[in-house]
Amino acid sequence: MKRILAIIRPDKLEVVKQALEEIGCHGLTIKEVRGRGRQLGITESYRGHDYKVDLLSKIEIEIVTIEVHLEKIVQTIVDTAKTGDIGDGKIFISPVDEVIRIRTGERGDKAI
Amino acid sequence: MIPVINSGDTAWMLISTALVILMTIPGLALFYGGLIRRENVLNTIFLSLVSFAIVSILWFVYGYQFTFGTDIGGLIGSVSNPLFAGVVESNSLSNYAPTIPTGLYAVFQMTFAAITVALISGAIVERMKFSAWLAFIPIWITIVYMPIAHWMWGGGWLAQMGALDFAGGTVVHINCGMAALALVLLLGTRKNAQLLPHHLGYSIIGAGLLWFGWFGFNAGSALGATNLAVSAMIVTNLAACVGMMTWILMDKLQTGKPTILGALSGAIAGLAAITPAAGYVNVTAAIIIGFVASICAYFAVSHLKPRFGYDDSLDVFGIHGICGIVGTLAVGFFATPLINSAIKGGLIAGNPMQIAIQLLAIVVIASYSLIMTYIIGKGLDLTIGLRVEDKEEVQGLDLTLHEESGYRLS
Repeated sequence: MKRILAIIRPDKLEVVKQALEEIGCHGLTIKEVRGRGRQLGITESYRGHDYKVDLLSKIEIEIVTIEVHLEKIVQTIVDTAKTGDIGDGKIFISPVDEVIRIRTGERGDKAI
Repeated sequence: MIPVINSGDTAWMLISTALVILMTIPGLALFYGGLIRRENVLNTIFLSLVSFAIVSILWFVYGYQFTFGTDIGGLIGSVSNPLFAGVVESNSLSNYAPTIPTGLYAVFQMTFAAITVALISGAIVERMKFSAWLAFIPIWITIVYMPIAHWMWGGGWLAQMGALDFAGGTVVHINCGMAALALVLLLGTRKNAQLLPHHLGYSIIGAGLLWFGWFGFNAGSALGATNLAVSAMIVTNLAACVGMMTWILMDKLQTGKPTILGALSGAIAGLAAITPAAGYVNVTAAIIIGFVASICAYFAVSHLKPRFGYDDSLDVFGIHGICGIVGTLAVGFFATPLINSAIKGGLIAGNPMQIAIQLLAIVVIASYSLIMTYIIGKGLDLTIGLRVEDKEEVQGLDLTLHEESGYRLS
């Protein structure tokens, strides 16, 4: 089992979510996060003063999946979240030791 | 002629009074509340609320009469009926507005005193002790606001000289602006002195309520449901609109993009500047006043403040102080007896002396407010202490001073 953490542009959430649904990946958790990578230095201006805001709003999508589906999901996110400009985000993949469904107590692949 | 109560005037003044209350609660509280860090939102709103409550109480204990009671040497009024005893019961009509009850004039004036203190709070947010603010309110309102309001409006020496301030350019705006400056000089700069609004939505609602309430403030200062009130309403709204469009233009020219905070700031600059002139000037003058005030406030906020380095957090001096001066001076130029038959008018009405009188009022009130507030603030700093601990400032005042937070996860 693998966990996919995808940090994407907030405005890409809808298309990514829809594409994931089309390939049968329904379960996901979303967070509004702030962070930075190489896309530095946007400016906000209040009452004639410019402020450099270097933490940008992003959306983090968390998906846990069995390994056979991993590549398909990752490819779908890359295809739909990509604009080609700096600031498209990153995807992190890590192993998951155990999954437990709280309602039934089921464990492992069945619980995903 | 024996004065008789006029129900139309009385109805309008009751509504005006309620409108001005809306400016402080929650107008100004929300306007300021949106502009600061999210960790200080409740404390910032709280400062306005307690200002209103404390001033309201003191106003009816002794404040109204200290300000508007029988004149003593042009300096202050006499407190002959403490706790307002017997005033409402006597069914008397106001000496200042002979068609409405004395009590109504008093409660209308109370709202002006309250918002003046609340306005000051915008300069000191995010770092002043709540206890020091609570102590500051009664001392300041008694030593600074009441004498100044008496000189200008209560038959005091400035009024006797013919100084004109229709709705509070000197008494409210210059006064709060200079007091704000004195306090920030004592308090020093915040650790994080950026103006990065955490929730502009609050500020938009707040500024909208201020704009709306300002019709009570200015048109209400006609003290009756008259053509003068209509004139004041028209010029008030125009100055706000011109101020808004002018600031948008300045934004465009100076930093490249029109901003909504700029638009709101410009509207408030126009409103503050038209306040002393609202019952004395015509439409043309209102357009000029809104335009000039907005440009002056823009440069005060974006150039003067960084140049001198004082941390006037939400630009109380930069907007209210500066625009109060612009508007009060403008009265000396544009006031006309064609709008208000009770006055001689200013320069364009053939009375250039009015400019000198207006200048004197500005200088006297600005210096009195600055110096006395500095002394009061210094006294509080040496006793209670003005500024919170560094740790509290960093963590935010909502949690450390009130054990509450404006935003929680669940």
